[in-house]
Amino acid sequence: MSEQVLTQTPVDKLRFTKTPMTIRNERAQSVAKWAFCGMSLAMIVPLFLIITYLVYHAAPSLNWEFLTTLPKNGMRDGGIWPAFLGTIYLVVISLAIAAPIGVLAAIYLNEYAKDNWFNRVINLAVINLAGVPSIVHALFGLGAFVYAANFGYSILSASMTLSIMTLPVIIASTREALMSVPMSFREACWNTGATRWQTIQAVVLPNSISGILTGVILQVSRAAGETAPIMFTGAVFYKVIKGGDLFAYQLNEQCMALSMHLYTVTTQVPNVKESIPYATAVILLGSVLIVNATAIALRSWLRNRKKW
Amino acid sequence: MHNQTVMNNETVKAGLKRTRAKRSLLSVSLEKLLELIIRLSGISAILFVLAIFFFVFREAIPITFSEHFSIKEFLTSTAWYPTSAVNVRYGTFALTVGSLSITFLSVVIALPFGIGAAIYISEFCGAKLKESLKIIIELLAAIPSVVWGFIGLTVMSKVIVAVTGAPLGVNLLNGSIILALMSVPIIVSIGEDALKAVPDSYREAALAQGATKWQIVFRVLLPAAKNGLLAAVLLGVGRAVGETMAVLMATGHAVAIPTSLVDPIRTLTANIAAELGEAPAKSDHYRVLFLTGILLFIITFAINLIADFVIRGVKGKK
Amino acid sequence: MDTTVKTINVEDLRLLYGTREVIHGISFDIYKNEIFGIIGPAQSGKSSLLKCLNRTIDFIPISKVSGTIKVDNENIAKTRDIYSLRRKIGMVAPLPVGLPISIYENVAFAPKCSGITNKGDLDGLVEKCLRQAALWDEVKDRLNNLGTALSGGQQQRLTIARALSHQPEILCLDEFSIAIDPVTTMRIEDVLKELSSEMTIILVTNLIYQAKRLTNRTMFMLNGDIVQIDDSEKIFSDDPGNQKTLEYVNGTFG
Repeated sequence: MSEQVLTQTPVDKLRFTKTPMTIRNERAQSVAKWAFCGMSLAMIVPLFLIITYLVYHAAPSLNWEFLTTLPKNGMRDGGIWPAFLGTIYLVVISLAIAAPIGVLAAIYLNEYAKDNWFNRVINLAVINLAGVPSIVHALFGLGAFVYAANFGYSILSASMTLSIMTLPVIIASTREALMSVPMSFREACWNTGATRWQTIQAVVLPNSISGILTGVILQVSRAAGETAPIMFTGAVFYKVIKGGDLFAYQLNEQCMALSMHLYTVTTQVPNVKESIPYATAVILLGSVLIVNATAIALRSWLRNRKKW
Repeated sequence: MHNQTVMNNETVKAGLKRTRAKRSLLSVSLEKLLELIIRLSGISAILFVLAIFFFVFREAIPITFSEHFSIKEFLTSTAWYPTSAVNVRYGTFALTVGSLSITFLSVVIALPFGIGAAIYISEFCGAKLKESLKIIIELLAAIPSVVWGFIGLTVMSKVIVAVTGAPLGVNLLNGSIILALMSVPIIVSIGEDALKAVPDSYREAALAQGATKWQIVFRVLLPAAKNGLLAAVLLGVGRAVGETMAVLMATGHAVAIPTSLVDPIRTLTANIAAELGEAPAKSDHYRVLFLTGILLFIITFAINLIADFVIRGVKGKK
Repeated sequence: MDTTVKTINVEDLRLLYGTREVIHGISFDIYKNEIFGIIGPAQSGKSSLLKCLNRTIDFIPISKVSGTIKVDNENIAKTRDIYSLRRKIGMVAPLPVGLPISIYENVAFAPKCSGITNKGDLDGLVEKCLRQAALWDEVKDRLNNLGTALSGGQQQRLTIARALSHQPEILCLDEFSIAIDPVTTMRIEDVLKELSSEMTIILVTNLIYQAKRLTNRTMFMLNGDIVQIDDSEKIFSDDPGNQKTLEYVNGTFG
């Protein structure tokens, strides 16, 4: 009997035979693994299906002409160029305001602030600013920029409202980028008699700029996708502008925007050509995903090029 | 050359031929100016939070002094008739119930999937798949809320009508599913952070005692990470309560307490968005909407404060 | 060494981290151009003492310093230009730190911060400091490479070059040879012997034989107190005059 076992059974199986308990445990482990995997897929797969559905219905309108021409027939037909241009305006202006303030604020918090009550209050303020619902931002923009500051319904009011919304996230992501620079580099610089700013300029900033940039780029999608804050401060459903002109909007005027357009054309306008709302959604979604995917790819590439 | 009894820096330096350059006045002043700007930027966060509170308050407060307005009615009555010609009433209770019910339901849906996915990403899947899944989750989080609302209105409503036979596809269920899909990325990413923060020594100790992976997850990791997971849920809740466009488009128009899953409802957020455009500036209706905004601000502030304490509890223990 | 000039004068220095007292009221002097050794087991307060000297202790929020430290007869607690104090004192930390900028920039960093902008001056200074740190020959063809790409021993010499780049009058080395090989250590010790004609050197070390080789006088610190300060010959002899010193030097403890 033992000879048969020795010649027929490979050595491993001789040494480690599975007890029934081990087999049961391994099966339970497989089940668990596939259950959790299933949970992950349960979110992702439906989403892919939904996106496919959207693209399918949007197909008739998904062309270059749609993106670059003006709408016709009370939004029921034609293109979405003014909305697309308006979104670009809002994104660029709001980030041009939020990025410098956010980066400088993060530099203050990470490089200059001592651990006292005042700075803890600032930290608390950033966290709370991040948690403010978008409709409350809209109310604030209305009360502060449209009425109190008298900017009226305008691109300026809408952009400033958007910039306050994106500010806390820019502060948080910039801080993370700054914190990734090891403390030992700063100490080495201070030992030679450099000031805080000289250290930041020579060592900290150049080595965190990639993280800072990705953080700002990721906010592009947020600024482009938000509707409520711009709906009551400067975005409008219908505005006539010159087609083909990149500088068609003025800062003190209202503008159209992709997110606002999607909302109105879906809920407020009857008898729209069916593919238009779908195409607007796909373009908005597509732009947002492309920008974010680029930022994520940039972040990965830069991480691999780390200098220490 | 070294027999000097002079205590003066200058002559010592001169004797040893050191060159001591001085920074130009311009560069020193520029640096001081820059540091001032940096400090001001740091304070700006506080200023903006205070400003938000101040300006929303400013537009809302006058209504509280009006005689036919009662805070009690505002908070507890379900009768919301702001545009009635004869009997104007501002009761937000139905809206509050709407907000809370959709938040509760969406968290109940999102929680198992979110935590399950967090566990899968953190403990079970290989490195390459982990990277891809994390990127997909991150992209999911970037989908704008108006697009989610659109999905709710077009795709999800058809699915719900087909599955439940309800007369209308936009309702509590629709909004909850959409909100759940929106909250899942937050729960997954913070949950994964919480699980990653549990030291490997816990896992190794359990493995050494012969535990299987799933026993480790349930008996060791989840209890150890419970603060972080709780924080993840709370932040998801905070996001759900504050969500506007998606619920506006996916939940219908009924200002009423829901009696079934397929009843249409309205939340505090959606209500403001729906009516603000029509309310004449500085009118009573306008001010009540701002007051609703304050109510919202207080609710989300409280949730975020609790979540912050819970997260601090996690860090404090380390 | 010039015993008539006190470069550093410390009176009753006390250092607390929070509520824990790390240095218990010590007083000593260091003379110009001597090589002053500080020996003692770990956690004696030696590194913290160095941090007090160039006031980088300020960056540790829970630290509290009392007592007086005078550098060249100036009370450093009251000094108005703290950056020039730090430039006067060169500091070499135990772990090598190559900054993630080019080797040239690593050494040119401090001079540029203090206002030297002329390229010719900078080039000369960089070469001089790299030569003094015994690193020039190995890097002269690749000055544009990253400082972090060097080996541990090279990075430590780069740190020394950086410390020399702002022409300090006092050079502090905190266990500089921990992360480098014996051959490089010997080369640097030779450099230190040469440099002592130009500057005062404070050498914190755990290596008894290194202190024996290099220092003129030595201070033995134990748990935040000074046990003995004397000429090195006496401290490392068979009868230093203090039982604890004898035990530590002979390796009975520490």
